[in-house]
Parts: sequence; C-alpha cells; structure tokens
Amino acid sequence: MNFWIQLKMHGVHVPHHKNTASMPAVIMDCPKSVTIPMSMHIGTPARPLVKVGEYVKMGQRIAEADGFVSSPVHASISGTVKKIDSFLASNGRRIPAITIESDGQMARYEGLKPPVVRNQEEFLQALTDSGIVGLGGAGFPTSVKLTVKNMAQVDAVIVNGAECEPYITSDTRTMLDQSKLVMEGARILQKYLRAPKILFAIEDNKPQCISLFEELCRHEDAMEVCSLPSMYPQGGEKVLIYHTMGRLVPEGKLPLDVGAIVINVTTLASIARYLKYGLPLVRKCITVDGSAVKEPKNVVAPIGASLADVFDFCGGFKAEPRKVLYGGPMMGITVPELSEPILKNTNAVLAFAEAEATPPASTSCIRCGRCIAHCPLRLMPAEVEDAYAAGDVAALAALKVNLCMECGCCSFICPAHRPLVQTNRLAKAQVAAYLRAKAQKEAVKP
Amino acid sequence: MKLLVSSSPHMYTRTTTAVLMRDVVIALLPALAAAVWIFGWRALAVVAVAVAAAVAAEYLFEKAVGSEVTISDFSAVVTGMLLAYNLPVTIPLWQAALGSIIAIVVVKQLFGGIGRNFANPAIVGRIVLFLSFSKAMTTWQFPDAVSSATPLALMRAGDLSSLPSIWNMFLGLKGGCLGEVSGLALLIGFVYLLLRGVISWHTTVVYVGAVFLLSWPLGGSASYALCQILSGGLLLGAIFMATDYATTPSTTFGRVLFGLGCALFTVLIRQWGSYAEGVSFAILFMNILTPYLSRWTRSKPLGGVAK
Repeated sequence: MNFWIQLKMHGVHVPHHKNTASMPAVIMDCPKSVTIPMSMHIGTPARPLVKVGEYVKMGQRIAEADGFVSSPVHASISGTVKKIDSFLASNGRRIPAITIESDGQMARYEGLKPPVVRNQEEFLQALTDSGIVGLGGAGFPTSVKLTVKNMAQVDAVIVNGAECEPYITSDTRTMLDQSKLVMEGARILQKYLRAPKILFAIEDNKPQCISLFEELCRHEDAMEVCSLPSMYPQGGEKVLIYHTMGRLVPEGKLPLDVGAIVINVTTLASIARYLKYGLPLVRKCITVDGSAVKEPKNVVAPIGASLADVFDFCGGFKAEPRKVLYGGPMMGITVPELSEPILKNTNAVLAFAEAEATPPASTSCIRCGRCIAHCPLRLMPAEVEDAYAAGDVAALAALKVNLCMECGCCSFICPAHRPLVQTNRLAKAQVAAYLRAKAQKEAVKP
Repeated sequence: MKLLVSSSPHMYTRTTTAVLMRDVVIALLPALAAAVWIFGWRALAVVAVAVAAAVAAEYLFEKAVGSEVTISDFSAVVTGMLLAYNLPVTIPLWQAALGSIIAIVVVKQLFGGIGRNFANPAIVGRIVLFLSFSKAMTTWQFPDAVSSATPLALMRAGDLSSLPSIWNMFLGLKGGCLGEVSGLALLIGFVYLLLRGVISWHTTVVYVGAVFLLSWPLGGSASYALCQILSGGLLLGAIFMATDYATTPSTTFGRVLFGLGCALFTVLIRQWGSYAEGVSFAILFMNILTPYLSRWTRSKPLGGVAK
C-alpha cells in the first residue's frame, strides 16, 4: 500500500451508519409486477424484443443492446408483458420501460445455460449477453469496460470493495456471503484479461471482509488485499487508483491509460455467476435502510420491483418518509415516487424521515477553506462558487471544475452549508460548453 | 406522501459557522479569566461592554438595512471579545463601545457582513482607537507596584534588566492589553482550537516561530527572542487574529506565507518603527495582501492538465 499517499488523503470522515453489515441478504417475495426501464446503464437504451401480451420467463432476454455502448435487458420474473410505455429516468430522459405482471411462478427461462467461454473474444461476448453493468453505481456496461485492445497495458485490476458511502452494506454482504464467486471472478479476469495482479481494495471498517480475503488470497497467485483507511470517497475510481497503485489518472484519460482497471466487487461476483450458471443480471442485493424504515435489512430484489414493494418487504415505514434515495446519502439520487423501480446499478434504497430529509439553510461563506482542504481532487469549491456567481467561465475552466467527480465532500463539510458541489455541477456544464466552443474555434484557425 | 427531491449530498456536518464561532469564544475564555485575575473585575466590564456593543451594532445595522440578522452565529461576540482583549483595562468604556461599533459597522457590515470583510474587524477597531485616543490606549495598569513600562517599551529602551521574569511574562504578570498578557491562557485556547479542528496550526506556528528566529540575531540572545514572543499582542494576534477565516488565505501554503509576512512586519515595526507594537499593523497589512496570497497559492488539482 502506498502509505504516504494514504496519509495525505483529502476527504471527509462521514458517519458510517453500517447498521445492516451483519445481516445476510434475504430474498424478497416475488412482487405482483415489475417495471424494467430500457436504460439502466450508461449508453444507448436497449431495444425491446417483446410485445404486449407476450408471456416471458425469468432470465429471458426482453430487450437487446442497441450498439456497442449499450446493454441487453432480461425479465426478472415470469409473467405477462402488461405494457411498454414511456418512463422518466432520473437523468430527465424519457425511455421505454417494460411492465411484466407476475404469474407467481418465478419460472426460469429454459434457455439459461452457462455460456461456452474459451478465449477473450467469447468472454467479452458472454459479458455482453449477461446484461452486466457496473454495479458500484455508474452502470457502465462491463463488456465495454473490459474490452482492452492491448493486454500488456494492464498492470492491475482493482476489485472495489471500499464501499465508502454511509449505510450501504450490499458489497460487504457480497464479499462475506459470495466470497467464492468473487474469487472465481478474479480468476476469470486473470485468465481472460491476463491481469498480472488483482488487488482487493477494502476499507478498514470491514475487518471481517479484509481477514476473509487475506485468507482466500493466500491460496492464489498474484492476488492481494489492500486495506484502506475508512475515509470518504475512498471508493471513487481515481481516488482508489491513486491510493492503491500511486498513479494519477490525468485529465481526459481513462484508468486504462495508467494501467489500471477498477471493477466493483458485486459486478465481479455477477460475472462469475453468469459464467457458472448462465444467470444474467436479473436481481440485485440492495441495502434497505434509513430513519423511516421499520426493519432495515439487505434484500435480494428482482430488478424492476417497485421501491414500495421493497419497503413493504422491510416492514414498511415507522415514520413518514420525506426523502427516498437510490444509493447512499453522499451521492445518492432522490426518488420522486415510491413506484420507481429497482435498477441494475441500485445498491441501496434509503428512506429518511423529516429530520434528515430537509437540507439545512445555507449562510454566508466564511472563507474557512474547509472545502479546499477536504476536496479529494484538490479543487477549490469556494473559488468555483465565486467564479460561477461572477459568470466567469474562463476562470471556472482554469479552476479545473471539469475534474470534479461530484463526491459531495465540499457540501458535506461546509459550515455555512453552501451548495458547493451543486454549483460545481452547474459550472461543469458551462465549462464543457466553453471548452467545446474553444476547440471549434481553434479548429477553424488556419 | 410527498417526497422531497434535491441533489446530493443528503448528509451534512454538524459543525456549522455558529459551532465554530462558539468554539472560538470558548477558546478565548482562559484569557478572560487571566485578565480578571491580573487586572481585576474591570477587565470583565470592558469585555462585556465591547461584546454588547458589537452584538447590538450588528443587530441594529442588519435591521436597518433589512438583511438577515446574524447575531446568533457568535461572530459579533468573537469580534467584541477580540477588540476588548486589545485594549488596556483602564480604557473608558465608551471608547471600547465605539471601537466595537467601528469594527462591526465600518469594517464588517459595510463590506457585506460575515466572510466578506477584507480586514480583521477587531484589528481595525483597535487601530482606530489607538490613533484617536493614543493617551488612553497607552495608559497601562501594572500588576505590581514597581513596573512602569510594558516589556516591549523596556526592550525598545534597551532596559532589559527591568523586564519581568520569563515565567511571569508567560503567566501574564506584566503590563499590556487586558487579553494579551497571559501566554499560558492564550496557549490553552490555541490547543483547544487545534483539538476542535477550528484552525490549522500553520499560521500561528510559522508566525511565532519566525518572530523568534528573526528577533534572535537582532537581540543577540534566545531569551531576548523569547521575551519578544511573550510580549505585546503577538500570541493573541498569532492565535486568534492571524487565523481569522475571512481575512487570511484559505490554502495551507497561503497560510504559511501569511504567517511569514506577519512575522516580518511585526519585527520590522517593533525594531525600527515609530510604535512599540507592530502586531496589529502587520496583520492588517497582510490582510490586504490576502487575495493575492490566495491566488498565488491555488492548489493544483490531482490529474489536472494545463490547456
């Protein structure tokens, strides 16, 4: 481990609230119906293959990938396709979604069998068919991420088990309950990606996971555990690469450019599960927690199940929920309705009562510099806020706000509760447009 | 059931501006206790009047211009305390109140309130009083019957033999402003601020350390340099005024430069200036340079590429 780099880490100590860490995931009852959006990944939405009224079985492909950066979608329950209509995604786009009414059978699709994988090409094809996307949150199609042209480029694959967001313990449960699948996934990567080294990056607030994987790695070649201090956002891709390998991913470059691939630990387990059993990504282990939830627990839910069904399975609410999130409280996305479905990349759903839901009022910036001292990327949110207020896009570009990964440390730590990361988001959009215009202008020059 | 939709994060620190300012007030309390012990109850009266005037001035100004009243963030309390700490205990109470009003209204509120002032309000309040009422501002009460000058005045006069012992100077048994005399009490406050994470150590340590190192060759001995850092308002300024958020750089390297600059000007004024004390002028001068220090010491983003 890169001790000195770790020592210098900027970030924030968030309250952990890992209340469900010791609770193995329980399989949720089959819901009456599921609504499966065609875009649960970064890239082009999938194209529906089924028609209204058609009977589908669990695991059956109901939509195909549309282009390279896309991902197929599979039915998560058996039943009848009730409707295919427009669905408002959290990013504001309208995409089709397929609603399946359950027949209560959970009948498995007969065509599911382990894929034949003998080489890298077949491995990548299998990944494409599996519908697996990055389950750490981003939802980038895994087949695309692992399409590496030059194998010699890869020095290490970092298996991300940092799970630095408060509350979430679904990756913890993957590591504890499915350690064999995780190890199998690691061996698969060694075989088909010829990854010279596999690093399991785990935050030290999960000592059980660390000792288990240290023991498992003892029997393997070129695999090791990297215990990291529990500091948010330890699991951020660039942060993780810097802290485990000591390498910085330069602006506009990819992890691969510095010889690293980061893959979420649950994604890895899903890859192994698909190769072993042929089961595509149709269900997901999620942490259900928050001050409004009666019985917080880890739940294995079919993709497309409504949040209302998931919360009902957890005993319903003990207080009126005022804010419901996909993901953790630092980067999670608020949900407008409880009818919203569980997505492929959902790792937690949290429901908070009034006290936690209402953001505190913001007061004047006191120039304390905490946002600067705590930014993991060494940005200067207070100055970004000033430049944004002044409408100075050139200054925003010079401040490199485009690098911001929106982890939220600045907004979390601000004693005046300034909306700093929120301003960064707005500024990023302006800088992107500014840089595009600048590039165009330069292209026209003789 | 109506759900609230907002962008992340959805979790916030409990350390708000009011909590930070309250911590500064707490850190200032040992020095207040020392002042009462050394100078008697009048010290408390001066502090009470200055704080009351500061809070009232802030309240009335904000009411008058129709902006949000911010007296509950404790920042006016801090300003009032710091101004009082920079006054001799014998100061007429109306002058203390006037200093607070100037600090709050002219230096802080007219520039936009908390976080927007470029100069430290308490320091400018002190300087205005010092230039307006020079006599009252340099009339010292001494804890013992024999002393007749402050350590800084003695050192300027070259009368090192009349200096109180280092230990007495550290405890605060010497002439000076009511809140600046006890190094011990101020250091207790410093440790509290560090433990609570209110300030970083950089400015204070660099400032005090650099004054020590610069004074040593000028005075010819380490004990002279030690007397320099235990005299006047150096510790009060280095711990509580040079670490003010709004008027000092927000980067670590900027804070180091700020501390160095303060030390340089403090020593220059003390050795060759026309006043015995230079801390407030040094900090004010560096306050003016702060925007430039902040700009010169911008952090380099990880992975950032020049374009």
